[in-house]
Amino acid sequence: MSSQAPPPRKPFTGAFVLAGVMIALFFIGLMALLLYGVQQSGKVGRDALPSPLIGKAAPDFKLPLLFEPDRYLSLADLRGQPFVMNVWGSWCPECRVEHPVIARFAYTKRVRFVGYNLKDEREDAIRWLEKYDNPYSDVIADIDGRTAIDWGIYGAPETFLVDGKGIVRWKHVGAITDDIVDRELIPALEKVKAGQ
Amino acid sequence: MIARLAAAVLCLGAVLAASTAAAPAQAQANDPTPLQFTDTAQETRFRALAAELRCVMCQNQSLADSDAQIAHDLRREVLGLMNQGKSNPQIKQFLVERYGEFVLYRPAVSGGTWLLWFGPLVLLLAGAWVIYWLPRRAGSPTPIDSDEGQEW
Repeated sequence: MSSQAPPPRKPFTGAFVLAGVMIALFFIGLMALLLYGVQQSGKVGRDALPSPLIGKAAPDFKLPLLFEPDRYLSLADLRGQPFVMNVWGSWCPECRVEHPVIARFAYTKRVRFVGYNLKDEREDAIRWLEKYDNPYSDVIADIDGRTAIDWGIYGAPETFLVDGKGIVRWKHVGAITDDIVDRELIPALEKVKAGQ
Repeated sequence: MIARLAAAVLCLGAVLAASTAAAPAQAQANDPTPLQFTDTAQETRFRALAAELRCVMCQNQSLADSDAQIAHDLRREVLGLMNQGKSNPQIKQFLVERYGEFVLYRPAVSGGTWLLWFGPLVLLLAGAWVIYWLPRRAGSPTPIDSDEGQEW
């Protein structure tokens, strides 16, 4: 456009162009959202809720041992050293998937590794451990699931890392993989140990 | 015409965004051991509260609707808290402390949720602005020049 052009005389075209651009932007935005949603949908654990417990004191509990139901384990018994707590049940197919990974990690004896048997029949739980291996240093049984609510547990498997002061440092919802152990659990544990 | 269309699209977007917040159905899922209410007032209060809480497992159902095991347990817990004389905000706080803001269908307005609360309003205002503004530009009295095509 030259400087001698007559005063603005094409508002109509301008409006059309603007409307077109806005509609285009709107749909590009929608498409971008859709693309983002589709990409996210492939991610494992997309539905996992972030735990509000991270960085906070672990909820107190007192639960019977699976193998000796008249003996109890409480949070106070676990104080002083970090521990990992793995929530599982014999009714949970995903737990079977992650169990070899859990066992491999637990057997390294890097950390106390508590099994948290959620809403299970005692006989079923014991049979499950006999069949698929028992790598846990302690197994506690939450039969009615009441303590699980305090921990914000909403299914199995779920895995927590609690430090020696009783602060929840890390949580994973869903099956643990070797990749998650290497990239998340071990670094989180090193950090906890370094901070002691 | 296109201006109207743009406005209509924006308004439709706002309406769709607003309607996704629609209240869930009231029906309660089957429970093997039904909850025992002390009276109908308590039952009414319980159902209203459960409809406002989201099931943490299934996530697109309310606590009242869901048949997931955790939803059964949480319904029982909510009723237990009601029996202890806890108020609705206290019960919500109890669940938020354990499961996060996610459990609330109507979360508090905060940095992370303002778009959720005001996004539809922003879209609506954008639509209103387009309706107001575009016809004024498009409808200005200047006729279309005969040399319109030469610009291109």
